[in-house]
Amino acid sequence: MVFAPTSEWTSWGRVNRAPHHVARPTWRQDIPAVVAEGRQRFPSLLPVGLRRSYGDSVLNPAGAVIDMTGVDRMIAFDPATGVLRADAGLSFDALLRALVPRGFFLPVTPGTRFVTLGGAVANDVHGKNHHGAGTIGCWVRRLGLLRSDGREHDLGPDDETGLFAATIGGLGLTGIITWVELSLMPITSTMMDVETIAFDDLDGFFALAEASEQAFDYTVAWVDCLAGGARTGRGLFTRGRHAAAGPLEAGKAGGPTIPMDFPGFALNGLSIRAFNALYAWNGRRTAGNSIQHYQPFFYPLDAIGQWNRMYGQRGMFQYQSVVPPDAARDATAAMLRAIASAGEGSFLAVLKTFGDRPSPGMLSFPSPGTTLALDFPNRGDGTLALLARLDAIVREAGGKLYPAKDGRIPRDMFRAGYPGWERFASHVDPLMSSMFWNRVGP
Amino acid sequence: MTEITPQPGPRLRVLILGGTSGIAEATARLYAAEGADILLVGRDRTKLDTIAADLGVRGAGRAEVAISDLAAPADAAAELSGFAATLGGVDHILVAYGILGDQAEAARDAAAAERIMTVNFNSAAAWCLAAANLLESQGRGSLVVLGSVAGDRGRRQNFVYGAAKAGLAALVEGIAHRFAATGPRAVLVKPGPTITAMTAGMTRKGLLWAKPEAVAAVVRRAADKGGPVVYAPWFWRFIMLIIRFLPASIFNRLDI
Repeated sequence: MVFAPTSEWTSWGRVNRAPHHVARPTWRQDIPAVVAEGRQRFPSLLPVGLRRSYGDSVLNPAGAVIDMTGVDRMIAFDPATGVLRADAGLSFDALLRALVPRGFFLPVTPGTRFVTLGGAVANDVHGKNHHGAGTIGCWVRRLGLLRSDGREHDLGPDDETGLFAATIGGLGLTGIITWVELSLMPITSTMMDVETIAFDDLDGFFALAEASEQAFDYTVAWVDCLAGGARTGRGLFTRGRHAAAGPLEAGKAGGPTIPMDFPGFALNGLSIRAFNALYAWNGRRTAGNSIQHYQPFFYPLDAIGQWNRMYGQRGMFQYQSVVPPDAARDATAAMLRAIASAGEGSFLAVLKTFGDRPSPGMLSFPSPGTTLALDFPNRGDGTLALLARLDAIVREAGGKLYPAKDGRIPRDMFRAGYPGWERFASHVDPLMSSMFWNRVGP
Repeated sequence: MTEITPQPGPRLRVLILGGTSGIAEATARLYAAEGADILLVGRDRTKLDTIAADLGVRGAGRAEVAISDLAAPADAAAELSGFAATLGGVDHILVAYGILGDQAEAARDAAAAERIMTVNFNSAAAWCLAAANLLESQGRGSLVVLGSVAGDRGRRQNFVYGAAKAGLAALVEGIAHRFAATGPRAVLVKPGPTITAMTAGMTRKGLLWAKPEAVAAVVRRAADKGGPVVYAPWFWRFIMLIIRFLPASIFNRLDI
């Protein structure tokens, strides 16, 4: 019995929950047999990793899922070139622990280190260095892709069939990524030179972004999305780079874990306002130059295990959009106004400009422009209505939403944002599907 | 932040019997992060090689494999000294292989019961006795053996497995007693239910199921310090204390 039924299966946002059949292989060589059994028993399959995706792209209640986190071994590493080959289920956390002491870092990392290599590739994740480094897909040298017909493909950027391009950002729908070969980045210190600057409005943000992106590898801003009127778009801009000298020490394991769901009343307008004020105050207090370890710089939320439980039993939505440069200022201001007037509030609003380095991925999210990421506790219809208003602003600006964060994007908006979707669909494995793909696919 | 200090002196040399077990692999990763030299012993070369490659990237000084059917040692003492020679000497020996077996089958089929006892007790005992002599002759080193909370009281669900692990517990406690006045140490680690391949067919929900990483941390620490019997995670010590002292009149009515 390779696939076992499980009652509780959900994504990071925890809005959608459904019983699932789950297989968890431990060896790369066992995966073909798991797929073969799944093919007999279920109408569709979906490979998943650590399920930090917020919406329904890691759910497949109509079929079954293959949890890849047990297949997590490193296969080879060449310290001369910094090229690592590893099983798809290896987490960024384990990768950093093994290779940071030897002077290597991820070329691109999202805001959590609890993602798998396969998941990072399947979502073509980006980080605070997108303006220079692009997405993780830019750093994938080769990958193994097992299709449900039992054939394993060894794919690289030279692939002319389009299967490699479809798999980068392909949400696990093109087959099972079994291993990934990635170019790592040499570092000489695990410390970061970091500068934090307060800005008063969106013009301040854009000026800082423009002034910083040449000289700093990493840039990101936090915006107080409860501030209205003249203060709309105020926030804190952070820019950093790897320090030239210092220790090479991997970060410590996670901190405390939130043991249970917070009650619904814990997150209300007042607590969000208090949190935003506190965050702003703390940011201003620490504004200026500092030297910090990479871990709090890249992964502040990883310090609190299961922080998604703060949003209570009903879960949360994350909403991440990107809008092209010409429309970026007006669209971002309009979104912030819509949030402030709806009184829904978001704990964290993260703002960043993407660069123009293209990803090889057909369905990759980042594109030149400005991206805004927001968390909203799920309060039902009111929240959905606000998200629909944000949809209208993003569409009007010619933007799109990030599938890794999404659990509700309307089908036509997805198709408008990803004109390559039909070409992508032709590469989807006939046995692979997800709740997300059922919603937006053909 | 302090700088990473390289291992002082020679690297730790670790011999793992049953290298593909989930708890053994998680423990080996801790040793690898310390830069230890590791020899993995088992039957499946492909799996052992896969693990060894991973341990190498994770920082092991050396990670090598040796193929042996641990459940049927022809001459445990000779084989063990061969393993030690491969490592250039041995500091820690971990006996980690075992099978859970099927209690219902064992009740029907004497051969199935014997298989559970042979793998989990007879062969393991042979390795432990050989390891005890080896460590005693060198006057130092640790023997860490994986037992089970199932050995603390026979339960209808798995008492053949439990009996074999109980026998192993008595054996390792005896070795620890024998070592008491000398240099080496022997420890029996008793994990509770752990999420590994061994328990893949079971419904693994609930607070009492541990991840192999949590058990591995206890196993690794046991090689350096602690008593001759260590529970993993620690709370099993108290749960099993209660279970062992329940009068049979009550215990026999419980469905546990």
